[in-house]
Amino acid sequence: MKEITGSEALIKSLIEEDVNTIFGYPGGAIMPIYDSLYSYLDKIKHILTRHEQGAIHAAQGYSRVSGKVGVCFATSGPGATNLITGIADAQIDSTPLVCITGQVPSQLLGTDAFQESDVIGISMPVTKWNYQITNANEIADIISRAFYIAKSGRPGPVLIDITKDAQFSNVSFNYKKCDKIRSYHPYPIIKKTKIKEAAKIINNSKKPLILVGQGILLSKAENELLQLSEKTGIPVASTLLGLSAISCHHKNYVGYLGMHGNYGPNLKTNEADLLIAIGMRFDDRVTGDTTKYGINAKVIHIEIDPSEIDKIIKTDVAINADAKEAILNLIPHLKKNHHENWINEFRTCDKVEYEKIIDKEINVVEDKILMADVINRISNLTKGKSIVVTDVGQNQMVTSRYYKFSESNSNITSGGLGTMGFALPASLGAKIGQPKREVIAIIGDGGIQMTIQELATISQYNIKVKILILNNNFLGMVRQWQELFFDNRYSFTEMKNPNFNIIADGYGIKNNKVENKNDLDKCLKEFINYDGSYLLNVVVEKEENVFPMVPSGESVSNIRLE
Amino acid sequence: MKKKGLYQIKDPDKKVKEYTLSVLTEDKAGLLNSITIILNRRKINIDSLNVSTTEVKGVSRFTIVVSSTKEKIIKVVNHINKLIDVLGAFLYEEDEIYYQEIALYKLSTKIFLKGDLVEKIIIRKYGAKILKIEKDHTIIQKTGTKAGTQKLYDELKKFGEILEFARSGRVALSKKKRKTINFLRTLEKTKSNKLNI
Ligand SMILES: Cc1ncc(C[n+]2csc(CCOP(=O)(O)OP(=O)(O)O)c2C)c(N)n1
Repeated sequence: MKEITGSEALIKSLIEEDVNTIFGYPGGAIMPIYDSLYSYLDKIKHILTRHEQGAIHAAQGYSRVSGKVGVCFATSGPGATNLITGIADAQIDSTPLVCITGQVPSQLLGTDAFQESDVIGISMPVTKWNYQITNANEIADIISRAFYIAKSGRPGPVLIDITKDAQFSNVSFNYKKCDKIRSYHPYPIIKKTKIKEAAKIINNSKKPLILVGQGILLSKAENELLQLSEKTGIPVASTLLGLSAISCHHKNYVGYLGMHGNYGPNLKTNEADLLIAIGMRFDDRVTGDTTKYGINAKVIHIEIDPSEIDKIIKTDVAINADAKEAILNLIPHLKKNHHENWINEFRTCDKVEYEKIIDKEINVVEDKILMADVINRISNLTKGKSIVVTDVGQNQMVTSRYYKFSESNSNITSGGLGTMGFALPASLGAKIGQPKREVIAIIGDGGIQMTIQELATISQYNIKVKILILNNNFLGMVRQWQELFFDNRYSFTEMKNPNFNIIADGYGIKNNKVENKNDLDKCLKEFINYDGSYLLNVVVEKEENVFPMVPSGESVSNIRLE
Repeated sequence: MKKKGLYQIKDPDKKVKEYTLSVLTEDKAGLLNSITIILNRRKINIDSLNVSTTEVKGVSRFTIVVSSTKEKIIKVVNHINKLIDVLGAFLYEEDEIYYQEIALYKLSTKIFLKGDLVEKIIIRKYGAKILKIEKDHTIIQKTGTKAGTQKLYDELKKFGEILEFARSGRVALSKKKRKTINFLRTLEKTKSNKLNI
């Protein structure tokens, strides 16, 4: 068989895995791979971001909207270490990625060679799996394993480090897709007894509540969730990452859980007699004080990752399984039912929340621009059909509250890690992953400055994302905490911002600025309807707070409306 | 025998106790690091650690002794089980395993010239043996529990200075009748690799 170089074997392996887009940044130790890539540009597109963190967040955005494995390239040393934040983000938010890093030649390993860093050691705690290839013969096998591991079971990031000599040396290429590793069992076998136990509890419950997380989206169980909820009449609440798994307009949908979630689902968590958690992991931003969480409820936890079960909340019945499979198994055992009175209790809470908070935020009479108002208008303008990529902070919480998702896989945000700077690069990745859908990035004036260089990537490849800055001149979420819990002591949260419009001009991106509420609608319409990338700088109230709020560490019952 | 099984916490038990983890893994570099990272994250100190080959080629056994609450250690075991190259992690309390440690004591040979008292103590009472006698030092070896090797240590100290002392990590086997190879066969046979929808 004709021999090819290790670097070409890598590219061919990626093609075998149906990779057609790579996000990356070159450098010395990965140059042979980039050179081989150059011969395959008819099959693989490469997006040159302006920072490796941008590359990996773009790969995350791409993966989350497309369901495919995101792939990124970086060189050794600083290139590899720049990936770490994104890898940690993908690990905690279960995003399948394969990151390829170049490494110094194997004979130099451990010698502090130029641009050597122990990326295997550094990335070990934040990857699902990692491996260093020092011999070109390993490439095909390891890459097929990498893809299998990244996407199966609970997905996650895999890092493969390839020494430069392995990239240069010759191998005969023979690719076989991995579908089994004896020490790795990603899809647990469902225990029928557990299904029956769970069904019995569900059938006897009076006030059950389904809590959905990203597991629904990852296992593509949106329809099964609907069947479950519609057959049993059980209301559904969603975590931050579960948003868009069920339409916000569905009659059984009762809202968003967690620290800045809706009033009803938080409060009713402690009145429910049964919590059915599906593909979610009881993050502390959802539970608050765990000793005062679900105090009247039995807990059924459907979860693919066994280490999540009983980790935070003790279950009565644990179903260790893929969400879709579990729900499909469960449905035939469930009685047709309805819970109108119980759902009406949520609607009563909704009224309270509307009167105390929402009404005041979206029907402002004064000439003030509030974040909530902006997002509400965008939600209406797009009919909740866009992919919304949020950054971290108030912009994220307000969007999660006010964007009324009507299509699945539409909410892309950094949940577990809360990585500021995520949204801009993730949005460009999302647009490439779903070119036909509208992608809107919603970012604070702080967060955009963490990865603002990616405007260049958006401009170079003409990626038609919409970028909305909610500009409050503050690190808003931190400022809110300072106001509420630190006596208004605004320690280092106010910023002197650059002129974002001139910056956008500099990158050749169409842009506009809104300061007057009278202009808001017109400008938002132009922003949404424009066929191309567009940055809209909306100057909002400086000291707006996001409510409701469950203060950190307190019970969900203590949710504050003001 | 369960691989990637689910240890479920029955009653949260806050008592700190000694636990032995026995982890069967593929023989791959870097695994020790992955395992200790998981223990470190939860601030669990390792009392002793031993890595060895098993009777099956390519399979290693990590035996790790830690002090922890049951609740915490169960979470750690579930997490270790998630590591891709871990075949199975098992959690044992003291009465569920056979276990031994080995200790070496280096003493000045002069001590033995004082009569046969030392030898009597060493050989008869503690079941230890003399591994090597050199002109200036003698090595004594004893296998047993940590308490046992410690007792001998205290006893020997009465006769003079202990020049050097080293104790191995624990090695342990479960009291159940089982064969590693059968465990591996079940792992290889399980269909749980594929999603059956
Ligand atoms: C990388 C990173 N650093 C720090 C933080 C802590 N943090 C959370 S929210 C926030 C403020 C964000 O400010 P901004 O981007 O302006 O958004 P706003 O809250 O005003 O909408 C900060 C600093 C973080 N989440 N990520």
